[in-house]
Amino acid sequence: MSEVIVVTSGKGGVGKTTTTANVGTGLAMLNKKVVLIDTDIGLRNLDLVMGLENRIVYNLVDVVEGNCRPKQAMIKDKRFSNLYLLPSAQTRDKTSVTPEQMKALTDELREEFDYILLDCPAGIEQGFQNAIAGADRALLVTTPEVSAIRDADRIIGLLEAGETKKRADLIVNRIRMDMVKKGDMMTMEDVQDILAIDLIGAVPDDENIVIATNQGEPLVGSNNLAGQAYMNICKRITGEDVPFLDLNGKSGFFSKISGLFKK
Amino acid sequence: MVYMNIFDIFKKKNSGNVAKDRLKLLLVSDRANCSPEIMEQIKNDIINVIKKYMEIDCEGLDIQITQTESETENGSVPALIANIPIKEVRH
Repeated sequence: MSEVIVVTSGKGGVGKTTTTANVGTGLAMLNKKVVLIDTDIGLRNLDLVMGLENRIVYNLVDVVEGNCRPKQAMIKDKRFSNLYLLPSAQTRDKTSVTPEQMKALTDELREEFDYILLDCPAGIEQGFQNAIAGADRALLVTTPEVSAIRDADRIIGLLEAGETKKRADLIVNRIRMDMVKKGDMMTMEDVQDILAIDLIGAVPDDENIVIATNQGEPLVGSNNLAGQAYMNICKRITGEDVPFLDLNGKSGFFSKISGLFKK
Repeated sequence: MVYMNIFDIFKKKNSGNVAKDRLKLLLVSDRANCSPEIMEQIKNDIINVIKKYMEIDCEGLDIQITQTESETENGSVPALIANIPIKEVRH
């Protein structure tokens, strides 16, 4: 059974595109057939984060307008043969596509793919409405900041208000454990308590993400905390029950010594 | 003065908790979808109703949407709390 999942947040810059790239790649690693759709028309970025920016021929608007078939516009990933990207159009705007057209497209893609991931634009206007139209469920990305959480709460309201209520699962991104320990950052439990939806992932603020994005290589599955956190999200999406990571992770000499004393 | 500063450090609330408390309150009114204009209208209507029966302090009247523990369900629900100082009860 295939699933259409929208990655959304309300506020911009909290990590929707990075999450889409890593969760999509992770699901492909788990041998699922996956297509990522960049629905941010006019502000194309998912191709860049995936390292596929030089391969674009056709885009989402071409497909919707019938200038090409979906197969022609989808770019095959260079690492995984079961992963595809449908890029957004850079020179058009959000009104080039309607929610009905997006729903028709995602329904067509269900025939061929296990997972269809939609990278949603920031905001709650037409771009958002387009992205959620065909989705079965949502991954709601937020950071432990007041503005991002308030916007996330608005999104939950909108997802529940639609004709088809969509389940939203929470991803708390960019957690800094050093600040959490000092009490100067909300914990993932705090965020979940405020928003009152299921938590599906907690991703630490990890410099490896910046490095991976620079290189156009998703870091999911790699041997660092963020890579593991993303892989755990993928497993939970497929229905596996995975315990949450200990984001304190660093086991240096001093923390081991202090660990001994705590016992 | 140095002594005072050290004392302040212990007394200070962590900013993480401040953020959580601020958000919890804000989201209740966000979710209730009540604009300041509507709140003002509700306030005026309450004043007009109660005026019939008793003399109240219109300046001191305060209404706000907040959270309260539900008696039937588990967890908290939004509630409209009105604080209405009475000057005199009419007979």
